[in-house]
Amino acid sequence: MKQLGAIIQRDLRLAARQGGATFLALVFFVLTVTLFPLGIGPEPAVLARVAPGVLWVAALLAAMLSLDRLFQADFEDGSLEQLALSGLPIGGVVLAKIIAHWLTTGLPLLLAAPILAVLLNMDDEGFAALMLTMLIGTPALSLIGAIGAALTLTVRRGGVLLSLLVLPLYIPVLIFGVSAIDAAVHGLNAKPHLLLLAALTVACLPLCPWAAAAAVKLSLE
Amino acid sequence: MFQGRGIVCERGERRIFSNLDFTIAPGGAAVLRGPNGCGKTSLLRIAATLLRAADGQLKWDGGDISEDIEAHRARLHFIGHQDAVKGALTVRENIALWANIRGDGEGRIDAALAAFDISHLGDTPAQYLSAGQHRRTALARLVASPAILWLLDEPTVSLDADGTACLQRVIADHRAARGMVMAATHIELGLDDAELLRLKPQ
Amino acid sequence: MSMHYFANPARFTRLAGRIQPLAGCLAAILLIVGLYLALVQAPADYQQGETVRIMFVHVPSAWMALFCYSFLAVASAVALIWKHPLADLAAKASAPIGAGFTFLALVTGSLWGKPMWGTWWVWDARLTSVLILLFLYLGYMALWQAIEDSQKAAKAAAVLALVGAVNVPIIKFSVDWWNTLHQPASVLRMDGPAIHPSMLWPLLIMALAFKAYFVTLLLARMRMELNLRRIRALRLAERSS
Repeated sequence: MKQLGAIIQRDLRLAARQGGATFLALVFFVLTVTLFPLGIGPEPAVLARVAPGVLWVAALLAAMLSLDRLFQADFEDGSLEQLALSGLPIGGVVLAKIIAHWLTTGLPLLLAAPILAVLLNMDDEGFAALMLTMLIGTPALSLIGAIGAALTLTVRRGGVLLSLLVLPLYIPVLIFGVSAIDAAVHGLNAKPHLLLLAALTVACLPLCPWAAAAAVKLSLE
Repeated sequence: MFQGRGIVCERGERRIFSNLDFTIAPGGAAVLRGPNGCGKTSLLRIAATLLRAADGQLKWDGGDISEDIEAHRARLHFIGHQDAVKGALTVRENIALWANIRGDGEGRIDAALAAFDISHLGDTPAQYLSAGQHRRTALARLVASPAILWLLDEPTVSLDADGTACLQRVIADHRAARGMVMAATHIELGLDDAELLRLKPQ
Repeated sequence: MSMHYFANPARFTRLAGRIQPLAGCLAAILLIVGLYLALVQAPADYQQGETVRIMFVHVPSAWMALFCYSFLAVASAVALIWKHPLADLAAKASAPIGAGFTFLALVTGSLWGKPMWGTWWVWDARLTSVLILLFLYLGYMALWQAIEDSQKAAKAAAVLALVGAVNVPIIKFSVDWWNTLHQPASVLRMDGPAIHPSMLWPLLIMALAFKAYFVTLLLARMRMELNLRRIRALRLAERSS
């Protein structure tokens, strides 16, 4: 456990020193959301209607774009190889890196979401659901994304391929996340949607690091 | 005792070498020689369990290594072509980070810095290092966290005479403490008594 | 590469060479019978009119789309767990066929939708799921293409296929969930009412015809892959001698 903590700490320190990446994902999130009023018109009722979907789609894209640095930098400078040889199970190493990834991308997105929801004129009833779905759903984005990031490690310019692999797998998160907020906005019970989203994240927790570890091992051969 | 029996290596449908045997006793060493592309790096990566041999067996004290790969990985150091040194961190942080991840704490960092004569660089961010200093930082891991088996792939690349001498001393100390070394190198590292593994291109 | 590696594939090539024409003939006969029953014999639907005949191509295509993905996933599992040298090939060979059936299901669904819904595309639950399935196929094939080392590509693609196979039911469930939330009840759904027996036979025969066609194409593609591999091995041997 202490060693896994050391890996998380290392990734956080690197993110803090290099700064840019977390900031860029956040700016991308804000910018994408800003494009929607410009694209579909500033009418408050229309924006309120599409706000949950827009926020989640933008969060999905921002999370996906930040995936390439989850393993890539460590793969290129030999650190991933050293992590694999540290004597820790690779699944554990992968999980530690996923946690660090969520802390540096998922969490900032979660914190920025309510501000953007205000800009999109989202109904007040939806805010609690928005925060909850983001809290439950963004870890699943990091978990599922790790598989795609690991599979495309040996691919040169794997960014486009990564999106093709990962985005279809993100669809259930998108659907349950948005439907929970929509339910709350319309005064319905959001609980079944939230439970489904939670079930998805819980199922991802053991399965995704395992699959990603298999892909990482492969790339190191 | 680290042994390989009948190791066969295939890369992308091509056979690199076959039926390779080696034995390294405590305090012993093996030096890999051969032209480029004969599989020196592949053999070291097989010994580190990064690469799967197409056939053959690796044994540690008579037991099959594939039964507990994590235990084998915990007792080895692998120094490859890449230094695994982060430019954003200082030299000391770089070394400490690997010692912490391997669960050995930071007790031997100063000794590691001294062994490769980079104590004065401890607080320098690694992005400002020369290639040789970069390499020394990577090699300092050998001292910072103890491991009985060292797998070294051309460890002297970009080292100057001084750096090579440091490495020789460190290897001698390691072997005196019953450590084992397997190295691909064409430079004398004080391994005259080592078993010589000549790899021939197939 | 040693010869023992090809011993098994050589036997497979001989066997496949014998089965392939049989499967091809079977596919042709079934297709002719099936199309005759579907386009001539089957009665027009009281609600959908002649348009219902598109279903005889659309439904079996959608079934095949799923069947091919299941086949791909099973072949990938066999490749990963038992390391059978032919399983990788079978998985790789089945992907473009499955993608073809998926595409056919989408096109026929869209053709059916124009007279029924008055528009080429409606975000119907089945059409949406099939569209996502097409993306899964495209991702799988793109990964094969992107990794140069064919052994690494095979393993990575197998991991992706298994991840996809776990996700297919989850995606299907989520899309159905999404659809019931957004679909107005008045729109005619594609899965429609229970199938009349007079429709069932042509449907089944068409489905069998598609299966036979799948076997024919699969064997042809696998033999092609094996020959390509042999050519690569010969080239390598030539160069190193």
